[in-house]
Amino acid sequence: MEDKELQTELASIRSMMERSSRFISLSGLSGILAGVYALVGAAVAAFIIYSNKPQISPDITANTPVNGLFYGRNYTFSLHGYDVLLMLIAAAVLTASVVTGIYLSIRKAKQKGQSVWNNSSRLLVYNAGIPLFTGGLMVIILLSQYHFNLVTPAMLIFYGLALVSASNFTFSDVKYLGLMDIALGLISACLPGYGLLFWSLGFGVLHIIYGSMMYLKYDR
Amino acid sequence: MKIPFEKLDKAFENRVRLQIMSVLMVNERYDFNSLKELLAITDGNLASHLKALEKEEYILVNKSFLGRKPNTSYSATDNGKKAFKLHLDALEQFIKQQKQQ
Repeated sequence: MEDKELQTELASIRSMMERSSRFISLSGLSGILAGVYALVGAAVAAFIIYSNKPQISPDITANTPVNGLFYGRNYTFSLHGYDVLLMLIAAAVLTASVVTGIYLSIRKAKQKGQSVWNNSSRLLVYNAGIPLFTGGLMVIILLSQYHFNLVTPAMLIFYGLALVSASNFTFSDVKYLGLMDIALGLISACLPGYGLLFWSLGFGVLHIIYGSMMYLKYDR
Repeated sequence: MKIPFEKLDKAFENRVRLQIMSVLMVNERYDFNSLKELLAITDGNLASHLKALEKEEYILVNKSFLGRKPNTSYSATDNGKKAFKLHLDALEQFIKQQKQQ
């Protein structure tokens, strides 16, 4: 057997193993953009919260710790009237990130001549979907029960778990981003009142850092 | 130095069969159409190689229905996995020997 033949033999084994089990059309650029969207969304949310004088909502007593997202424990902020607005911002950030992610994945797959919706991407969506969907429901439940302090920790923890679970079906680097999000979520659960700050760190800053690293490593 | 030619599995001499086996090593099961797309070969070509591997009892065929559509998927048998590993070991031996020369 020739040396060259041996090399191509091994290369084809490696490529088949990777391409059949991992979705490698994820683009680092979508991580960077998702981080940027998150930071823009957080800035708009902070502006809304800061520009409106904190007040105590009539349907929540002064002692209920529905405190703000930035201010710390002893600051009471009424979400009355702004809650829908804040949720709309969050939904816009989520939608923009998902659309960007899908668009850039399709583009990258086309460049490489691979399909987007295949065995490995199905597994990826399914495995990330379970913790993500659970987390989404949990956040809705927390909001409906006025546990605002736990919204950011829940988002970060469930998102982190989704990434760890997804990392088996795409670049394994995604696992470390997931672990950092979980850690950040737990820390933010210990520090109620700084939700927006942790949210910006987890979904904004970490995404930009990791997206850039992935972009430099795989996309160039 | 003797090169262990006999250790190389004849069933994996063909590139397509080697690739099919690689896919089934890292995936519990894989269906026909996904394999076809991944390997970028024709139905007939893929079917004949799958038949050959099935004959060696290296893979198992699972037929099921997705709604009304028949869906054929394949998985590696323990025998097949063992054979594939031995084949890889033999390839490794080759490389080591070539480096020494």
